[in-house]
Amino acid sequence: MIAAAAAILRKDLTIEVRRRESVPAMVLFTVTVFVLFHFGLDRDTVEGDIATGVIWVTLLLAALLGINRLYVAERDQGGFVGMRLAPIDLTALWLAKAAALFLYLVVLELVALPAFDLLLLGPGLDGAFPELLPILLLANVGLAAVGSLVAAMAIETRARELIVALLLLPMLVPVIIASAQATEPLLTGGQSPDDLAKWLGFLALYDVVFVLVSVAVFDFLLDE
Amino acid sequence: MIALDAVERRFGERVALRDVSVRVEEGQTLVVFGPNGAGKTTLLRVLAGLLRPHSGEATVLEASLPNESWKLRGKVGYVAHEPLLYRDLTPRENLRFHARLHGVAEARIDQVIDAVGMADRADDELAELSRGMVQRIAAARAVLHDPPLLLLDEPWAGLDPAAVELLEPVIGRASGKTRVIVTHDVAGGLGEADIALGLRDGTSAPATDESAIRELYR
Repeated sequence: MIAAAAAILRKDLTIEVRRRESVPAMVLFTVTVFVLFHFGLDRDTVEGDIATGVIWVTLLLAALLGINRLYVAERDQGGFVGMRLAPIDLTALWLAKAAALFLYLVVLELVALPAFDLLLLGPGLDGAFPELLPILLLANVGLAAVGSLVAAMAIETRARELIVALLLLPMLVPVIIASAQATEPLLTGGQSPDDLAKWLGFLALYDVVFVLVSVAVFDFLLDE
Repeated sequence: MIALDAVERRFGERVALRDVSVRVEEGQTLVVFGPNGAGKTTLLRVLAGLLRPHSGEATVLEASLPNESWKLRGKVGYVAHEPLLYRDLTPRENLRFHARLHGVAEARIDQVIDAVGMADRADDELAELSRGMVQRIAAARAVLHDPPLLLLDEPWAGLDPAAVELLEPVIGRASGKTRVIVTHDVAGGLGEADIALGLRDGTSAPATDESAIRELYR
């Protein structure tokens, strides 16, 4: 399964590097939303719970753009059929798409966080990175696992974008709560969160549950 | 090799295949004729294990469908209406991708590219190639893993006579493989056929000779 997933991931990254359809859209959307918040809130800087809400909701909505495009080439160019004819565990497809989305999110955050720091954030992110890094990584795993699963469920529907949003956003509420709770003290003048370990544990548990659920059900999703 | 007995396949209320029975031995070629919407592509997709038969008995390469359709994975070469290739990759990249999925050695990629006469365009993007060239690459993809069964949906569509001749050892009778071909080319199809099957509205219809087949389209 790992070899097949690596082949699919490699193919997806080749196409993304060549066509630049997902990541640039996610980055552009995120920076634009930060600018809108800058003017919409009528404040030069934000911190604490407002900063946390802005960053996580923006990242989540940007992720939707990538999630909606994850399986488009497979549907439009016969990838699903090609893979169903190959002697592979189709869970490799979920794994590859989740890995691709994880990488897209990492690239997005590499641009989005400095942009957020520059455009909106009051206290600055300099001292927060060591604690922020595991929060981002665990949240990305959850987003990628659930995003890859839900995108596959919605890809054959007519209202794909709507279905993805309606299914995915409620499923990601726990990720947003845990990520926001863990992040908020870091965006309040560099205070270290007292219960960081608790929220990281919660995110890790969420990730494990949804990875297992996805592995268990994905093969059935693609049956016809 | 292939044994269908009273196979039925529905899409909701609509019956796409009804009471279809046919038997194909190893190395034989079954050619399926019928007007648009007769169920030809549905039949190919059932034989490929991509669609479940809803009733009847279907055995393909000793796999009983639908329960053992997983056994067909990697054993069928399928040339569909669509080429099943990524437009943003080159032919070589597409074939390398499928080779990795099928666990095929890299050296085989050059073999099939040469076999379909595409060596000089193998590194151009697929979107830059003509329809006939894409069809040649689709044939190369279908035989990349050397499957015992070829399912060919209008395999000569878009090909010039030279390309048809070039593909003869790849997907033609000279390949020696068991084949199921869907075509509207009555004379050409009959020339390929060991067995001819007519379909009309999803039901088997006589395809004993050229006039009977032409009657299917009226």
